Amino acid sequence: MNFKHDIIIVGAGIAGLRAAVECVGKADVAVVSKVFPTRSHSCAAQGGIAASIGNEEEDHWEWHMFDTVKGSDYLADQDAVEIMAKDAPRAIYELEHMGVPFSRNAEGKIAQRNFGGHTRDYGKAPVKRACHASDRTGRVSMDTLYEQCMYHKVKFYSEHYVLSLVIDEGRCAGLVTYDLPKGELNFLAAKAVLLATGGCGRIYKTTSNSFATTGDGFNLAYQAGIPLEDMEFVQFHPTGLYPLGILVSEAARGEGGILRNRLGERFMERYAPTVKDLAPRDIVSRAILTEIREGRGIDGKDYVYLDLTHLGEDRILKKLWEITSFVKIYLGIDPVCEPIPVQPTCHYIMGGIPTDINGRVLMDEKGTVARGLYATGECACVSVHGANRLGCNSLLDLLVFGRRSGLAMMDEIPQHANHPLTFDPLKMPAEKIEGLLKREGTEKIDEIRRSMQSLMMEHCSSFRNEGSLEKGIEDIRSLKERYKNIGIKNKGKFFNYELMEAIELDHQLDISVVILLSALYRKESRGAHFREDFPARDEQDYLKHTLAFQTPEGSEIRYKPVNITRFQPEARRY
Amino acid sequence: MKLEVFRYDPAKDEKPYYQKFEVEAEPTDRLLDCLNRIRWEQDSTLSFRMSCGHGICGSDGMRVNGISALPCQKLVKDFKEGEEVLIEPLAVFRVIKDLVVDQEPFFDKYYSIRPYLITRSPPPEKERLQSIEERQKFEDATRCILCACCTANCPINQAEETANYIGPAALVRSYRYLFDSRDEGHDERLALLDRKDGAWGCKTYWWCTRVCPKKIPVTMEIAATKKSIYDITKKTK
Repeated sequence: MNFKHDIIIVGAGIAGLRAAVECVGKADVAVVSKVFPTRSHSCAAQGGIAASIGNEEEDHWEWHMFDTVKGSDYLADQDAVEIMAKDAPRAIYELEHMGVPFSRNAEGKIAQRNFGGHTRDYGKAPVKRACHASDRTGRVSMDTLYEQCMYHKVKFYSEHYVLSLVIDEGRCAGLVTYDLPKGELNFLAAKAVLLATGGCGRIYKTTSNSFATTGDGFNLAYQAGIPLEDMEFVQFHPTGLYPLGILVSEAARGEGGILRNRLGERFMERYAPTVKDLAPRDIVSRAILTEIREGRGIDGKDYVYLDLTHLGEDRILKKLWEITSFVKIYLGIDPVCEPIPVQPTCHYIMGGIPTDINGRVLMDEKGTVARGLYATGECACVSVHGANRLGCNSLLDLLVFGRRSGLAMMDEIPQHANHPLTFDPLKMPAEKIEGLLKREGTEKIDEIRRSMQSLMMEHCSSFRNEGSLEKGIEDIRSLKERYKNIGIKNKGKFFNYELMEAIELDHQLDISVVILLSALYRKESRGAHFREDFPARDEQDYLKHTLAFQTPEGSEIRYKPVNITRFQPEARRY
Repeated sequence: MKLEVFRYDPAKDEKPYYQKFEVEAEPTDRLLDCLNRIRWEQDSTLSFRMSCGHGICGSDGMRVNGISALPCQKLVKDFKEGEEVLIEPLAVFRVIKDLVVDQEPFFDKYYSIRPYLITRSPPPEKERLQSIEERQKFEDATRCILCACCTANCPINQAEETANYIGPAALVRSYRYLFDSRDEGHDERLALLDRKDGAWGCKTYWWCTRVCPKKIPVTMEIAATKKSIYDITKKTK
């Protein structure tokens, strides 16, 4: 089937929905999602949204900007960070006006709490900046935006999996989807396409990310000739529930929770004397792993304790209900009385599809715009997070740049008509699907996927070095070879999840190589990227963004400069 | 772990059947992990929805031993050793394939309650004020993840003659807005629900409360809604 819209948004998380809300009523907008929209992964966000609205104590957007830049280890583009920090209060009030049930303080204003790396007066002490709705901020924000979309009658293509971007004469003219419920392929023509496809945490064994978070959008762009920026910067959240990796929000520490090792020590005092447990995630994750390496994990195992027992039941149930429920269900522990076993878990990727401050995809280091193609949210790299994202800046990024992408697409579409294509867009995807369904090889998708997840964990998590990264690349490439010999047993047309997972795995393997290569070429340590063989930050050679290009000879790594406006790089101490 | 799973593929099966599987599992594994193991290692044609794996996205509602539940919230050790666990699609909804059901009627009922903040007065420059106590009134209802477990387990929704009942999930979402002090659509919301298939459809079987994976006091919230309807109709008469 063929369909036609002005704007097509891929992904129904907060970024995609926020963009849709901006466009609906003014343009014909449709949202494509591989899961039912309310199942999108933004729903798992817990802790809050950063904004200097100062409801609890003095705060300023300049402080927020400084924290974000310092948190990024000075790799974020400061023009973009300035836009985000300045726009944050408006984004929060807008959400509140739409109906998001924010928690409240005694004055009836939106309640704010502490979070990692949020400080007052340029790093002097922690500040309460995280606007939150208990510990389900993502869930209720996404629901509210979805309900706004339904109210305004946004068209949804639910459970449609995108197979390819259609690029005709250098312009993105739409995309091809596999309609899971019907088992059919569709061509969706558009004047502008926005990728809001989220991250790729599922390439790692231990992750807080949903099963659907397979990085499809990255590879759709990459295979279409778009480079990927700063993909070596993968965030490990310090407190994943041991051993599943389910997120235990930083809000637990924001509310006063303390990390302790085998000896009961508050070890963060040694790593970040000023803000302690409220240091940014890269620092806390490395601290936990260092404690474990040095034998101070609990019972000599690979986890530490997150202690909330001093917070009291009332506060825990009012502000941390969801994580309390997770801990009870999966570990049978009541965090009111017992500490929670935690370990770092793959959570977020700072890198992604390079865009300008309006979501326009950039094709090279010179800033050439890819016509008709936009990206926003975790799959994009503006870059506001640089080498390490601060907690609560992710939802903010989605809201601010989701909206800006919507506005930019609205500006662009009157200048274009849907032109007839010069080729049949369904031909190649149909052949690909047919080819996959005929696969009778001996390799199993699940085995290759599990090997990939273990390899990425071993070679490219918090601590990295040249030998290990090279080995990782070699091993992932051999998995890619094995992938050629997979068998697909499910020949059914509709709801064929095996077919979808086969395509996802192909994307995941490609993205893994890009991450490993980007990490191998960056011979310094910055933010979440820590090289044991190059433990220092190298301003001389590496204060620049990585760009990985797909070429016929394989991946090529190039660089582009960082935009520095207000804050010159300084030593990063907390 | 032994499982007996409902199977139906309309493209090849005349009628549904049950298939037995056995998978290796640790006591702390999720039931969802067992289902995935079946799909990944034994029978890749098995279809079911899932995403987050920890009870926040609401994808994987199904019947476990006859009762609505999220298999991502059930652990192997929650079952008796050697027990054969019965896995079936959610009741009430039409089966599309295996454990995948058609939830469109469920979401249509949810959209029908006007699930968005209704306001007439223009918003202030900053946030609308709301006290901690006002916010606390509907806090429980904000936990709903629209997994449909409650509606699928409601005897009223299950009975053919009363299947049009709007169902507990839609009523919880309505409650979330009804008791939100910022909402100005109170009376029209109640009018929408003042009918046989609306709030009055509930006959307090308590199943919704029992099965809710997010521990929402669903029946109590429906009762509070009924009381509000009663109060307002008394006032206008």
